[in-house]
Amino acid sequence: MLMIPCPHCGARDEVEFTYRGDATVVRPAADAGIEAFHDYLYLRRNPRGWQVEWWQHNGGCRAFLKVLRHTVTHEVRGVVTATEALEVPPA
Amino acid sequence: MTQRHRLATGGHVDRAQRLGFSFDGRRHEGHAGDTLASALLANGVRLVGRSFKYHRPRGIFSAGVEEPNALVELRSGARREPNTRATVAELFEGLAATSQNRRGSLAFDWMAVNGLLAPWLGAGFYYKTFMWPASFWERVYEPAVRKAAGLGRASGLPDPDHYEAAHAHCDVLVVGAGVAGLAAALAAGSAGARVMLLEQDFLLGGDLLNDPAQEAWRSTTIAALAAMPGVTIMPRTMAFGFYDGRVIGAVEQVADHLPEPPPHAPRQRYWTIRAQEVVLATGAHERLIAFPGNDRPGVMLAGAARTYARRYAVRAGETAVLFATHDAAYDAALALAEAGTRIAAIIDPRSDSAAMQRAREAGFTVRAGSVVTGTVGGTVLRGVEIGALGSGSRGDALPADLLMISGGWNPAVHLASMAGTPLRWDDALRAFLPGDSAWQRSAGACRGVHGIGAAAQDGAAEGRAAARAAGFAAAAAAVPLPEGPAADHRPFELWEVQARGKAFVDLQDDVTADDIRLAHREGFIHIEHAKRYTTHAMGTDQGKVGGLVGAAVLAAARGEPVATVGMPRYRPYAAPVAWGAMAGGEVGKHFQPVRRTSLHGEHDRLGAVWMDAGLWKRPAYYPKATDADAWASVKREAHAVRERVGVCDVSTLGKIAVEGPDAATFLDRVYANTFSTLAIGRARYGLMLREDGIVFDDGTTTRLGPDRFFVTTTTAQAGPVMQHLEFHLASAWPHLDVSLASVTDHWAAMSIAGPKARDVVAAVVQGIDVANEAFPFMAVADCTAAGVPARLFRISFSGELAYEIAMPAGYATHVWQAVLAAGAPHGIEPYGVEALGLLRIEKGHVAGAELNGQTTAHDLGLGRMLKKKGDFIGRVLAQRPGLTDPSRPHLVGLRSVDPNRQIRAGSHLLVDGQDQGWISSATQSVVDPGWIGLGMLRDGAARIGREIVAANPLMGEEVPVKVVTPHGYDAENLRVRA
Repeated sequence: MLMIPCPHCGARDEVEFTYRGDATVVRPAADAGIEAFHDYLYLRRNPRGWQVEWWQHNGGCRAFLKVLRHTVTHEVRGVVTATEALEVPPA
Repeated sequence: MTQRHRLATGGHVDRAQRLGFSFDGRRHEGHAGDTLASALLANGVRLVGRSFKYHRPRGIFSAGVEEPNALVELRSGARREPNTRATVAELFEGLAATSQNRRGSLAFDWMAVNGLLAPWLGAGFYYKTFMWPASFWERVYEPAVRKAAGLGRASGLPDPDHYEAAHAHCDVLVVGAGVAGLAAALAAGSAGARVMLLEQDFLLGGDLLNDPAQEAWRSTTIAALAAMPGVTIMPRTMAFGFYDGRVIGAVEQVADHLPEPPPHAPRQRYWTIRAQEVVLATGAHERLIAFPGNDRPGVMLAGAARTYARRYAVRAGETAVLFATHDAAYDAALALAEAGTRIAAIIDPRSDSAAMQRAREAGFTVRAGSVVTGTVGGTVLRGVEIGALGSGSRGDALPADLLMISGGWNPAVHLASMAGTPLRWDDALRAFLPGDSAWQRSAGACRGVHGIGAAAQDGAAEGRAAARAAGFAAAAAAVPLPEGPAADHRPFELWEVQARGKAFVDLQDDVTADDIRLAHREGFIHIEHAKRYTTHAMGTDQGKVGGLVGAAVLAAARGEPVATVGMPRYRPYAAPVAWGAMAGGEVGKHFQPVRRTSLHGEHDRLGAVWMDAGLWKRPAYYPKATDADAWASVKREAHAVRERVGVCDVSTLGKIAVEGPDAATFLDRVYANTFSTLAIGRARYGLMLREDGIVFDDGTTTRLGPDRFFVTTTTAQAGPVMQHLEFHLASAWPHLDVSLASVTDHWAAMSIAGPKARDVVAAVVQGIDVANEAFPFMAVADCTAAGVPARLFRISFSGELAYEIAMPAGYATHVWQAVLAAGAPHGIEPYGVEALGLLRIEKGHVAGAELNGQTTAHDLGLGRMLKKKGDFIGRVLAQRPGLTDPSRPHLVGLRSVDPNRQIRAGSHLLVDGQDQGWISSATQSVVDPGWIGLGMLRDGAARIGREIVAANPLMGEEVPVKVVTPHGYDAENLRVRA
């Protein structure tokens, strides 16, 4: 079970959070067309290594947080709020 | 004579405490310190069960958690517990155990005839044998197979005991209290770390319990640990899983060693322990050798026979043969000889070894270069057949009632592997050892370090390192460690003796070496495939004694090394865990929370029949003595709304406050229709799509100020809608200045509906002119209701003139009573969810059954609501051809042609025999008596007026229905605007 250091609430257990997937996909502009929205909604890179993900702290502050997690070791290396950026290390 | 196989002295049993117990109804006696298995052996009971598939006689095979055979039903009645391993069940006074999976008596099992059918019961027999005729599977084959196969029976009664969940944190968690674990805990504890030491056994010490010379160090160390304030020792606690972030799952058997738990104590406790550092000292499991008849009662792992002799002071046989491939196993022969067992021979495939020479010097008969080729006997062992290594034929028989076998030791790497530790093959030990891992440290036999002295050194080193890594850098004083002779655990490579007969690799699942080869021939060459095809290592023992042997047989068939074939993935649970422990306290009414509206007591007082809406309790209807049945109550309530006035608790609807300078912009983007144009003090029906274009939710949203909105959602989607809004505000439009707050529980609300609604509202509400022109349909205003602050909405779900009064939840009862009093002269009736549903189906409003996650706005006849300009969630993908196809099923109304014939939600709509849609909602009508419904029908609009068929094969019904407009009741909406 992951321990996620919430910037607002402190280190909390995974059970307080809800996973929401890849946080690097960006909702396309309104006029981007069906293909762009299809890719935004359905296509994910599924990397082996570091990934920035959305986790909502719904058992705490309810904020959607960006979490840098390694998909193999499950190590959590960084957590920031939605408007901040995380640097992704090489795999 | 009782306990005729008990030794007069030695061991860790208390001969002063005599414990009576029964097995299959026969009374026996054992001692405190016994397991059920050791007590059975002490009484000479050899046959304890029948095998899973062939009903072969089986005995006690091991002395621990790895036991494949000796599974029994423990206790009786509601406490009956199937598949309990006799080898870990601690004996208590009055224990009653029953053997499993037999028809008739244990000694003469009618189902043993399955053994004769063995050629047809090999791997994959389910898939091949029971193919024809297909209809026979459900009626004949499956019941027969289920009756013949399987293990114990569940009690089928509610568990009278309770279970707990507990959480803990520590600096260093040590799993296993053998010599390595004790040394690790001592080292870490001495350094000042908070240590938790888990041991599945009821005694600490592991293999130390088999050596009287180690007793001094064992007891001193346990006393030293117990005296350390930061050390918690947890016996009877089995760690079953290693999870991310060094979280260990464990079950503590608080009261399994007692007839029943003491008052207020749980039976078991389910632990979730988060540790800074983990030392695994889980030891090793001895493995079997596959040879014909290796399952006969009397065949036992050599280490187990040694444990029964030394720890339990029980002689597991009178005349024994040892069949071993390595030196360390020879100590079993010595232990048994000391216990008075005659050692007929030691069979060893090797030509020579140090232990072999010592054994010969000690007077044992050692037959080098030989193997066991078979066993002789009925339900117990009578002799052992011995032949030359590699001869392939069954040899001459040597009389014996105990055959001790050892094919080497498998380090218990289960937890290490679950922690993501790579496993590497060790050619000397012929076993998989844990490699390097950032998450755990393995010590002692579980990483191939055998021998008391070496394992102690290893444990202390890892314990010290763990404490240091957890921040306890103070150089701890050296801890005293035991000395002990090293034993050579490197085995000769012998997995299987091939000769005629069944050689088992998995005793619990009745899987033979031939089954593995059959799987290989049939193409199941991957270890994971072979496992599933044969059920190898899929029993409650997870193949701890034979898993690697099966892998080795597969490797030989593939012509590859075992290291390449590997083992199936280790997953929790490493050993069986009771469902009760997993459920913990979350059973019965504690399974999930109950949500009650602030009017719950009022509904109760009115005699409401309750229904569940998610976690909510809602009144379904309010029966009266004069109602003939439930439908009479529902129709009475609906009539009141259509003809007079009714009141309904709608507090369960989701309510979200959306506020901020960009609130209107935000709502325009999350709703398919526009809210920025909504006037202050007005409400508007809103439709929300998912990004994929499917309808997500609907509800009424009110503008309370320039930047203040009040959103309502359906009861079911309140949580998901909140999350949806939060997600898009964070991910798609973080620059919008909007705040969201769930206010569902803060506001109670009641709907007052019917032609007389205005009269009732006028009598209750102050501060608003409720005349039609002054307060028209969709108006909203703050007011007072019965003297308390409230908000009035003129909105309708029923198709009648209707208002909703919302007030802070604490005032709800007061206002409800005022409404009922004001409505009394008008014949007001409270109405429940059933009448609510009836009214909305008559009116043609969609609800959850239509917003089912498959329908688009166009499907529901709401396509006009989609705004033409501007971005909103779902706008783009709703334009995909599949979602705009005009032939998609479309919302229609339905009416049963015969008003007395019921139609049901879920029925399929057949047009000319073709399935063209389904009924989503159905009810009886009060406006025009008969059965009506809403449904989704292909070409729905074009088929209005047609008669089609509602088919429900489950109920055996085909009901003619007429397709009608869904909005047949007051199509011009005159009533709601009256």
